[in-house]
Amino acid sequence: MIPAVWSCLVLTLLLLPSHAAGFEARGDLSAQGFLFLKNGAWPHQENQFASLAGNLQLHHEATNTFQFTLDAFYRIDSEDRERTHGDLRLAEILYFTDNWEITLGLGRVFWGATEFVHLVDIINQTDQVEAPDGEEKLGQPMVHLTVPGDWGVFEAFLLPWFREQTFPGEKGRFRTPLPVDTDQTLYESGAEEHHTDLAIRYSTILGDVADFGIYYFNGTARDPVLLFSQENPISPVLFPFYEQIGQIGLDLQMVAGEWLFKAEAYYRSGQSRSYGATTFGFEYTLVGIADTMMDLGLIGEYVYDDRDDGWLPTIYENDLMAGLRLAINDMDDSNILLGVIRDIPSGSTTIAVEASRRIGESVRLNLDASFFINMDSQDPAFSFARDDFIKLEILYYW
Amino acid sequence: MITLNSLSMYGLVTVLLFSQCFLITTASCETAEEKGLAIALEADRRDDGFGDYTADMTMTLKNRHGKESKRLIRSKTLEVPGDGDKSLSIFDTPPDVKGTAFLSFSHKIGDDEQWLYLPALKRVKRINSRNKSGSFMGSEFAYEDIASQETEKFTYKHLREEEYQGQLCFVGESYPVDTKNSGYTKRISWVDKAEYRLQKVEFYDRKNSLLKTLTVNGYRQYLDKYWRPESMNMVNHQTGKSTTLVWDNYLFRTGLTDNDFNSTSLKRVR
Repeated sequence: MIPAVWSCLVLTLLLLPSHAAGFEARGDLSAQGFLFLKNGAWPHQENQFASLAGNLQLHHEATNTFQFTLDAFYRIDSEDRERTHGDLRLAEILYFTDNWEITLGLGRVFWGATEFVHLVDIINQTDQVEAPDGEEKLGQPMVHLTVPGDWGVFEAFLLPWFREQTFPGEKGRFRTPLPVDTDQTLYESGAEEHHTDLAIRYSTILGDVADFGIYYFNGTARDPVLLFSQENPISPVLFPFYEQIGQIGLDLQMVAGEWLFKAEAYYRSGQSRSYGATTFGFEYTLVGIADTMMDLGLIGEYVYDDRDDGWLPTIYENDLMAGLRLAINDMDDSNILLGVIRDIPSGSTTIAVEASRRIGESVRLNLDASFFINMDSQDPAFSFARDDFIKLEILYYW
Repeated sequence: MITLNSLSMYGLVTVLLFSQCFLITTASCETAEEKGLAIALEADRRDDGFGDYTADMTMTLKNRHGKESKRLIRSKTLEVPGDGDKSLSIFDTPPDVKGTAFLSFSHKIGDDEQWLYLPALKRVKRINSRNKSGSFMGSEFAYEDIASQETEKFTYKHLREEEYQGQLCFVGESYPVDTKNSGYTKRISWVDKAEYRLQKVEFYDRKNSLLKTLTVNGYRQYLDKYWRPESMNMVNHQTGKSTTLVWDNYLFRTGLTDNDFNSTSLKRVR
């Protein structure tokens, strides 16, 4: 499927006049170092990782209503073979009229509202090995129809091919006690990764103050259940099992006075029992603090997952999150985010810091750190209890 | 967003109000507040009917040591009959924010609506327009400075007439209606008598001391009616920093519609 889409897109690109003013090529190169402060809890885990990555983005506007976009990504990691990986984040053709638009190819769609946990975002698979926070996604093959109107926006998705979640290798950090072997992946559907998933979504603006969206998804769950395999009794592993689900999701962003309220919720059926999960919270910004140009955003969120009885445990089942976002508003667009996540029943706490600034016009420096405190051995996040890290990344945009 | 100068449409009620003021003006018995409002409404009326326009903007940030940083921004503005303008600003540089877009629906009554589009995440985030005194992308322009200047959002007081750079100008004060969230207690504006174009604004902070001065230069007329400036310079007297905006390629009545200002069009912004 991917090679077919790919050659079709390349052919389309070659057939289009590339000298046109509507053609643009750009990208970035980055170097990244991870320093883990403690030895790993699990065998073979390394403490230091260095990696290089590149992005190539091509965009071609063939006509006023017809565009082609490519975003190719590759990373080479010094230690973790699974983290040396590439992906076509985007390889899509977009055709649009005043009344509807359609995209065809590998695309990226984000649904959601909250800052800490993205519960309802389901179209794209998570590139877990690329970013432990789950913010990086793999390109998803899709036909995506969008019909905007005065009444809101209707979207329909046909997802003909499933992408598996990526997992760290044996040497990698942020992994389960046993490594995950994706060569042994199982599917509930006989069609396996060729199962055609479907989704429809309606979104609208409510009363000039809120953005609301509701969707229904039917297909392969993006988050697998990890099962124990003793295929090789000397080195047992886990393997992913992807089930068929139906899921209804909601997202809301709402302004109320000086406050911004955000909420997400979903209800899922198809796994051994149906369940629901929700996250909601607020953001409040103090503008121009202490007579400076700086803005300080205060974020408070809560997440609840009804699987908290131990069935299919999740990391975020009853957690409180607090964040401070400082925007310096200087020339270099410097900003610092401090976040704390606390599991209410166990007291397990994660502290995360993300600082970022531009250097000159085309270089950006990112410094991230995470610390895990008082991790409870019953918490699924206990596997990462020794993965305190500092990450430094420098990106050059061309 | 380049709407400091593009004061937009107003309702029938204010049309009637204005004509009454005009009659009273000729009778020279209006108060300073009435005259201030009349000038604002006349400036608004003269920009009425532009429909839509697009322009390219270079924003240059300068700190007190003279260090500069440039941003290239494309903008689209749509006039909305009976309400505030819709505007879309798309960042082309610096390259790490390329494709970031700011969508704004201004409203005559009530809060404006604003969204930020983050292309790396393909995410549309609603932002709270009451944070209006905050800096727009690190510049000396606050969100409230770049927002559509609807006449309903201020009260006015005419002060005097004086010559500014060879043009006879109305000098008047305006006070934000939203006193709680605005960063200003008042603005003093110079508007030329001949064409009702904004020439200069002084901004006074919450302690009522002079914070910033905006100067507007190089007006040109489009479609034989609508005046647009070539540049604006905002100087912050308290920090010594400044921001210059220079416009190119103004195009009027390009056929933009509401469909160019929604979440769907925001996601295909390049």
